[in-house]
Amino acid sequence: MQPTRALTASERQRQLEQLLAAKEVVVACGPGGVGKTTVAAAVAATAAARLGGRVLVVTVDPARRLADALGLSGLGNAATRVPAEAFREAGTSPKGELYAAMVDMSESWDSLVRRHAPDERTAGQILANPLYRNISGRFAQGHDYIAMERLYELHEAGDYDLLVVDTPPSSNALDLLDAPSRMTEFFSSRLLRWLTVPYRSRLVNLASRPFYQVADRVLGSQLLQDLADFFILFQTMRDGFVSRAEAVNRLLGDVRTTFMLVTTLEAVPAREAREMAQALASRHLHLGLLVCNKVLPPDLSDPAVATVADALGSSADDLAASLPPELRGRERAALVASVLSEVAESFSNFRLVANREAELRSELALTHEVTATVGYQPGNVTDLGALLRIGGTIWGDAASTPVPSPAPGHRDEATTGKTPRQAAPSRQAGTSRQSSTSRQTGRSHGHR
Amino acid sequence: MIGLLERRLLFVTGKGGVGKTTVAAALGLLASEQGLRTLVCEAEPKGDLGFAYECGPTPFHGRQVAKNLTAMSMDTEASLREYLHHVAKVPVMGRIGPVARAFDFVATAAPGIKEILTVGKVCYEVREGHYDLVIMDAAATGHVVGQLAAPTGINELVRVGLVRHQTEWMLDILRDPTQTGVVLVTTPEEMPVSEAIDLADRLAAETPVHLACLVANRVLPELFGTAEEAAFDRLAAAAGVGWLADRLHAGEDEVSSVMAAARLAVTIRRDGSAHLERLRRCVAGEAPLLYVPYLFSRAYGMRAIRQVARSLGEEL
Repeated sequence: MQPTRALTASERQRQLEQLLAAKEVVVACGPGGVGKTTVAAAVAATAAARLGGRVLVVTVDPARRLADALGLSGLGNAATRVPAEAFREAGTSPKGELYAAMVDMSESWDSLVRRHAPDERTAGQILANPLYRNISGRFAQGHDYIAMERLYELHEAGDYDLLVVDTPPSSNALDLLDAPSRMTEFFSSRLLRWLTVPYRSRLVNLASRPFYQVADRVLGSQLLQDLADFFILFQTMRDGFVSRAEAVNRLLGDVRTTFMLVTTLEAVPAREAREMAQALASRHLHLGLLVCNKVLPPDLSDPAVATVADALGSSADDLAASLPPELRGRERAALVASVLSEVAESFSNFRLVANREAELRSELALTHEVTATVGYQPGNVTDLGALLRIGGTIWGDAASTPVPSPAPGHRDEATTGKTPRQAAPSRQAGTSRQSSTSRQTGRSHGHR
Repeated sequence: MIGLLERRLLFVTGKGGVGKTTVAAALGLLASEQGLRTLVCEAEPKGDLGFAYECGPTPFHGRQVAKNLTAMSMDTEASLREYLHHVAKVPVMGRIGPVARAFDFVATAAPGIKEILTVGKVCYEVREGHYDLVIMDAAATGHVVGQLAAPTGINELVRVGLVRHQTEWMLDILRDPTQTGVVLVTTPEEMPVSEAIDLADRLAAETPVHLACLVANRVLPELFGTAEEAAFDRLAAAAGVGWLADRLHAGEDEVSSVMAAARLAVTIRRDGSAHLERLRRCVAGEAPLLYVPYLFSRAYGMRAIRQVARSLGEEL
């Protein structure tokens, strides 16, 4: 069912399994809001189920339901095993073991400080400094660094055969790649040394005088003193941090590491994904897998299907008028005709989107080794079964059913017992006029 | 209640990927078309705003996009320079390059400095009256609270100095709901809605800025009502597909693909409605919820911005 340059399902599966057999670390990266976390979890779960071994997924900020699906509720940094029972409930007997861990940012920073500080007293002073919380939260792409640092630590420990790490939503996806280098730069910079020269002697330092004149007026000297105190403490950790950041950097470039680029096929995320792929290439990092998520089914860009949809729309009235009674039910012909026209119009709307997606995918396809496509998942990912189904699609299982009709239970939940139309979002009172552009943009909202 | 565009300063935020920049750009266009001198400012200079307006890079000093419409990207170093020059009147202009770099370094560590330079710039534009409306394409949900809370927080850290002095007038602008508001953007999906609900709470608890409105972006059209759906179910079942294929001289596979596509449209729409319902239950009492329909025809660029602007115009 893959429209462009399709690998057969077994070819894709072979390539993917080769990749995962050769690699120990998979770093999921990509723009925000594309479903990275879910895809990372799905790949890890499926690898555990099909390939065996001990697989760990490290996730940064999962939706509560996904956390529940992985048994992660309320846990910090500790890895927990997803019980084999959960796999059996999902209808598989896993070959390996799946573990899941969250990255707790402040816990991770605290343990870094404890590790790298020269002694306990200094560690205590750093942790107690009012500027520390703030700094650990944000400087040098702190979140990105911590995710990479955790990955390194877990890889070093050697307890797992495969690590799949999700990455935090950065304002710029490339920050992730630069985070360890920035950490090194931060500690090596002249500025840090400058700031940590005792405050008094700085006042007579000609080179820095203009800066302090400005800073004093703008910020006040007290803040500068606080900062200097903090940086003096922080610098005691320099050697530990720098060598660690370099090691993290080496791991990212190691032959055992591959990147999995996740994106949707919308214009802006796809553009960001393309930049990310280029950045990986220019840094000689291995991009092993591209996952296009939330993609519309390929039928939508099949011209033969489109012809049928058009015919359905143009002969809607005739079809409705000649509909045999057992198909028409109690409905009026006009209503049936409008249903058929809606079906045709909706098809042509979604066809546009699907075609655009296909084009963006072929552009992206030039930059990677294995492409996998995941369709829209109805409802939410609420259990391991759903993760394994997504994983199955990535593995290239032939029978991916993109459009299961929603289960009756789900429908009831979505509509809280009312009809679907009533549950549709309605506007604020007093603003419910018909939209004049609604035909053009598709019908707008279900308040009518 | 005061109209959205009658305010002076709007911060547009939401989870990454929901279309913050699109909504900010569309609000800017709408305002400029109503004759308001409008500035749209991208807080994170990623180039998304220039991409949306198809106008190329949007520098700190601004680029004219259309009549009454200027676009710019934040640059904290340039903002500092402007601040020192115009406000602080610090007499070290010759050395400002390295000073600004050093300052940038300190600002990375010191809480709220970068944020205050960002928020300060747009507040400054409001105060100086260069524009009738300033719209900030602000940080995503993860960082926007830090951005908006900076002027309050800075008072605790900076006890003397010009920055402290400057926060007072900024706070006057920020906490006045008739002047300043947050536009919280989401899509009808699980995580964006959850983050929007959390953020609405945090904005109220931790920042001086009031929620002005919610925008549900990319809302799909509703295909069927109940009676239509019953008719559709019969047509999409095996007997219906067979009959239609026969009448259209088409393959049953093609007809069921068409039906499956309609089913998918209904499913996506219904999943989204459930999430928006949750949003309305949790937040919508506090601020109006505007709908922007999903754009099938164009995903980005000036044409898309125009369509979103028109939808927002009809909703306002």
